[in-house]
Amino acid sequence: MTSTSTAGPRVIARKRRTPAARVKSVIWHVALLAVLVVVLYPAFWVLTAAVKPNAEILTSISPIPTSITWEHFASAFDGMAGIGLWRFFWNSFVIAALSVVGIVASCSITAYALGRLEFPGRKAMFAVVIATLLLPGQVMLIPQYLIFSEMDVVNTIFPLVIGKFLGLDAFFVFMYVQFLRGIPRELDQAATIDGAGHFRIFFSIMLPLLRPAIVTSSIFTFIWSWNDFMGPLIYLHEIEKFPLPRLLQSYNNTEAVSNYGGMMAMTLLSLVPVVLFFLVFQKFLIKGIATSGVKG
Amino acid sequence: MSASPSTTAPPAATGAGAPPAGGSRGAAKRRTPPSRRGERLVGYTFMTPWIIGSLVFTVGPMLWSLYLSFTDYHLLLGGEFIGLENYAAMFDDPMFGRAVKVTLLYVLLAVPLKLIASLAVAMLLTQSRRGIGFYRAAFYMPSLIAMSVGIAIVWKALFAGGGPQDQFMSWFGWDGGGFIGNPSVSILMLVLLSVWTFGAPMVIFMAGLLQVPSELHEAAEVDGAGKWHRFVHITIPMLSPVIFFNVLMETVHAFQLFGPAFIIGGTAGGPAWSTLFYTVRIYALAFVDLRMGYASAWAWVLVLAVGVVTLVMFRAAKNLVYYAGEDNR
Repeated sequence: MTSTSTAGPRVIARKRRTPAARVKSVIWHVALLAVLVVVLYPAFWVLTAAVKPNAEILTSISPIPTSITWEHFASAFDGMAGIGLWRFFWNSFVIAALSVVGIVASCSITAYALGRLEFPGRKAMFAVVIATLLLPGQVMLIPQYLIFSEMDVVNTIFPLVIGKFLGLDAFFVFMYVQFLRGIPRELDQAATIDGAGHFRIFFSIMLPLLRPAIVTSSIFTFIWSWNDFMGPLIYLHEIEKFPLPRLLQSYNNTEAVSNYGGMMAMTLLSLVPVVLFFLVFQKFLIKGIATSGVKG
Repeated sequence: MSASPSTTAPPAATGAGAPPAGGSRGAAKRRTPPSRRGERLVGYTFMTPWIIGSLVFTVGPMLWSLYLSFTDYHLLLGGEFIGLENYAAMFDDPMFGRAVKVTLLYVLLAVPLKLIASLAVAMLLTQSRRGIGFYRAAFYMPSLIAMSVGIAIVWKALFAGGGPQDQFMSWFGWDGGGFIGNPSVSILMLVLLSVWTFGAPMVIFMAGLLQVPSELHEAAEVDGAGKWHRFVHITIPMLSPVIFFNVLMETVHAFQLFGPAFIIGGTAGGPAWSTLFYTVRIYALAFVDLRMGYASAWAWVLVLAVGVVTLVMFRAAKNLVYYAGEDNR
C-alpha cells in the first residue's frame, strides 16, 4: 500500500518513526486490543458473575456488577450433598498428579526404546503409536468399559489413570521421541565407549536432557486431566469420588436452578488452578506447542 | 533429500558413522558388537508396559469393538452375532442423519473459521512490535480452559435467552433470542467456542511464520510485488506444511467434540437435536441405552469417516503442500 517501507528499514530507523509508521502502529494496537476484548470477555464475565446478585447474573451484559456479594463463594465451598468443595478439588488433584507421574515415567521409557534403540518390531510399534494419534478414541470406549467392569474397577480412578502408566498417550510418546531424536548420537556412543549400559545412558544422559519435554508434558497432562470430563462421566458414579468437572455437571443439573451464583462461583474456582498454572508456566507452554504442535 | 551427501562423502565416512548406507557387511558387523543383543533386551524391557497396555487397552479393544459392531450386544441382556444389521439399521435411524448433519456442519464451520482467525492474528503478531508476548499469552489462554465443563456452563449462560449475546444482538435488531433456545443457530455456540480457542493453532502458525526467510519477501518487494501477492505466493506456500498440520489436527479433533456439546445440549442434543454431536449420540447409545453393539457400529463409522478424511487430506497435501528444500514433484 504505502511505499514508505520500500525505502528500506534502515532509513526509517534513523528518522525514528515516520507518521505513516506511527499510524500503522496505532492501527495494529487497536486491532489487537479489539481481539483482546472479545477473547477476554467470557473470562471477565464469569469473574464478575460470581460476585453479582443472583437476579443480575443471567440478565446483565455488562461484566461490571452493580453491587458485590460474596455469599456465592460461601455456598460454593459448601459443595454438594454435604460434601465440601475441597474434597472435589482433592479428587481432581489426585487424578491429575497420578496422571503426570504416569505420563513422565511411561512415555520416557517407551520413547527411549522407540527413538534411540534398534530391535525387531520397533517400526511397527511406532506405526501403531502414530495411528492412535489420529484414531478417534470413542471406538475403544465400549470394550475398555467392559474390560474395566470385568476387572471390577469401575467406580475407581484406576480406569482414568492406568493408560497414563502404560505409555498409551500416543501424543506424548510421539513428542518425547521427536525430542530424543534431536539429541546427537555421539552422546550415546561416547557413553557406550566409556562402558555405560543402556539403563545408565537412559537415566544419566537422556532423562536430564529430556527435561524440557518432561516439563511441557507434565503441564499439559495436569491441565487436560483437570479438565477431563468423559472419563469421570463414564467411570465414576459416587459423588464423593467426583472430580470437579463431574461435580460441576451434577450441580448444574440440580442445584444451579435455585443457586445460580453458587454455580458461577464454583465454576470460577474450578478454573483457577488451570489459569494459575498457565500464568506460572506460560513460557514453557507456548514454546512447547510452537515446537511440537500440541492441540488446544 | 538423500541424493546430495553421497556424492560428497567418501565411502569410508559412511562406514564409520551413518547406518543407512548399508551394503558393506564388514562395516556393519564391526559396528555392532555384543551390545546388539543387549539393545534388543533393553528395547523390549522398556516397551513392556506399552506392549501390554496396547494389547489390553487399545489394539485388543479395537478388534473387540469391531466384533461388537456385528452383534446386538446389550450390557444387561447380552447379545448375539447379527452380521451387518447394525450398519443397515443406522441408515434407517433418523438420529444418524441428525448426528452426521450436526457434526459435519460443525467441522465445516469451526475448522475454517478458527484457522483463518488464528492465521490472521498470527500474522499481526509476527510483525515485531511491543506487547507481543502479552497478546500471545492472552490469546492462548482460552485454549486451556475452553474444553472444561466450567466454560461450557459459562457458555450456556452467555447464550441464554436474555443473556449477553441475546441483549447484544438485540441492539442490532435480532429477535431470535438466546442461541441456546434456538435450534437453527444453537450450533453456533459450539462453533464460537471453537473459534475462541484460536490461540493454539495461532502459536503454531507464529512459529511457522518466523521460519519464512525474510529475503523472499524483500526480493519480491524489490520486484514490485504487493502485499496480497506476497501473501499468496510466498507466505502461503512457505507456510503450507504448518497449514496442513493445523487443518489435519483441527479436523480430526472437531469430529470428536464431546464435553462442551454434552453439557450444552445434553444426551438428546437439544434443542431439537440441533447439538446432537456424533460422539454424544455414541455415548447415549452405549451408556444410557446400553446398546453397546449398535453403539460400536456407530463408532466404527466414525473411525472410517475420520480415516477417509485423513487419507484425502494426505493425498491433497501431496500436491498442495510445499516443502522447502525438497524437489517438488
